[in-house]
Amino acid sequence: MSEGEGGQLDWRRPSPRLLTLRRVEVAAVAVPLAVAASVVLAFSAAWAAAAGGVAVLALGGLAEWIARRRVRAWRYAERDDDLLVQRGLLFLRLSVVPYGRMQFIDVTAGPFERSFGLATVRMHTAAAASDARIPGLERAEAARLRDRLAELGEAQAAGL
Amino acid sequence: MKGADGWHRLSPVSPVVRAGRAAIAIAILILPTVLRGGADLARDAPQVAVVGVLLVLGFVSWLVTRWRIEEDDLRIETGLLRRQSLRFPLAQVQAIDVVRPGLARLFRVAELRLRMAGATGATARLAYLPEREVEPLRALLLDLAHRGVSDTPPEEQGEERVLASVPTGRLAASILLSDVGFFAIAIFVGLIVTAVEAPAAAAGAFGGGAVWVVGGLTMLWRRFNQEYRLTVAEAPDGLRLRSGLVALTAETIRPGRVQAVRMVEPFVWRRLGWCRLEVDVAGHQRRKGEGEAQRAPLRAVLPVGSRALAGELLARIVPDAPAERLRPPRRVLAKSPLRYRFLSFGRNERCVVTTTGRIRRVTVWVPLAKVQSFRRVQGPLQRRLGLASLHLDTAGRSVHANLRDRRVEEADEALEALVPLARAARRAR
Repeated sequence: MSEGEGGQLDWRRPSPRLLTLRRVEVAAVAVPLAVAASVVLAFSAAWAAAAGGVAVLALGGLAEWIARRRVRAWRYAERDDDLLVQRGLLFLRLSVVPYGRMQFIDVTAGPFERSFGLATVRMHTAAAASDARIPGLERAEAARLRDRLAELGEAQAAGL
Repeated sequence: MKGADGWHRLSPVSPVVRAGRAAIAIAILILPTVLRGGADLARDAPQVAVVGVLLVLGFVSWLVTRWRIEEDDLRIETGLLRRQSLRFPLAQVQAIDVVRPGLARLFRVAELRLRMAGATGATARLAYLPEREVEPLRALLLDLAHRGVSDTPPEEQGEERVLASVPTGRLAASILLSDVGFFAIAIFVGLIVTAVEAPAAAAGAFGGGAVWVVGGLTMLWRRFNQEYRLTVAEAPDGLRLRSGLVALTAETIRPGRVQAVRMVEPFVWRRLGWCRLEVDVAGHQRRKGEGEAQRAPLRAVLPVGSRALAGELLARIVPDAPAERLRPPRRVLAKSPLRYRFLSFGRNERCVVTTTGRIRRVTVWVPLAKVQSFRRVQGPLQRRLGLASLHLDTAGRSVHANLRDRRVEEADEALEALVPLARAARRAR
């Protein structure tokens, strides 16, 4: 489906600031760890301290590469009757959630997300397994999506 | 018991029945001690006190609990210190159960349970009501629930038609041949072997094994008690299931509330041509971080029966099940070798059926009108083999259809076809 209708579908992506946020998160873990590793290893030899620090930073670089690809993998599209959300690198997931099945929407923003002006929109259905989460939306876009989904959900609501 | 403003009380014997259950449980717990000759009443005093306290608490809870029907809601008020007022919209009722445990039957009372839909999926419980009030109340609640959904009055209480019932001999045999049964048999055989081989050690083993024996017997008993003489009947107000030896259960599942149907065929049963048919209704689901214990077992429409009988029942519950089944490609053998021989799926305009299982065969039917969302998932191994899985999520408690390990083109095609079909099915109702 994603391929077949790819041409007509208006795929949107999370804000580019999400990538910045993920990078900051990776750095916030990697840099202190690298420093700690250097300090601990400095008791044995100077070269070991340098090597340890570099190794941890290299791991951080790897994490950044994964985070970048994961952020790029997120995309979503609003169709007439349902919302498509695609995500995942290793496990590729495509969710199709009909608006009529929507029970409620929540918009959450953690402290980090908030400082970047971002929010996560999540659609809930009566099935716990349904998985329609879009992270890293700019606040205005999150509000627009929430209102639109709520409106469409109400218009197409179906019972259990 | 009726008070002012239409408020009702529960039956005054409820506290006795509730405490009585605890008394039996404690009696079972202290039985091994008594049998071993350690009838030390002083040591059991705390347990007796517990029953007393339960009795008092039960009485207080009875005093402060009242319920009434307010237009389309059932309202229950309870709690002494933390006052709760619970509102249950009748339009969301999925099924109504009438449960009569052994003690409750002695006192001629019964518990009424309303199973609700929704994310919280709470169950409204009225424990206990006088037996003669329960049946009219059940009918009234179902009637109100029905009216909430559509304005057409329900058909008059027509005669119910019995669809199937389970012979006791077969039920007993099937339980002994199930996983629980094998477990119990293993314990007994173990104990007997110990007794024969080392009579000296047997006494000790028996003491230690007593807990296991009691546990095993309870499990067998519970299963047997729950499914004894199960009768399925079709009535205008829904599917009626009745069963029980000591504790009687009568359940009414409203029409069109079945989210999914599952057929389980364990290894040994398959040799005998037996299967178990279960239905899933909307209710509490296990979300991330919740324990396994939260999940109640599914209600069996047919605890054990021939495939032909199950087929007949299925035709009643899911009228248009797809007949043809599509096998997965051979390369799936590399990914799931044990599942391969059972994997298949079928679809038509109304319903999807999938089969899976390693040792036991599990077949799931999901009406498209009940699908909540679709998920196409592809893991790394699947990508290498050109496979994908398509999940159909339902609001049921534990049954979901999974078109496991299909060719990518097939999965995409199914997704593309099923999404509009599900929409049409949803709107047709």
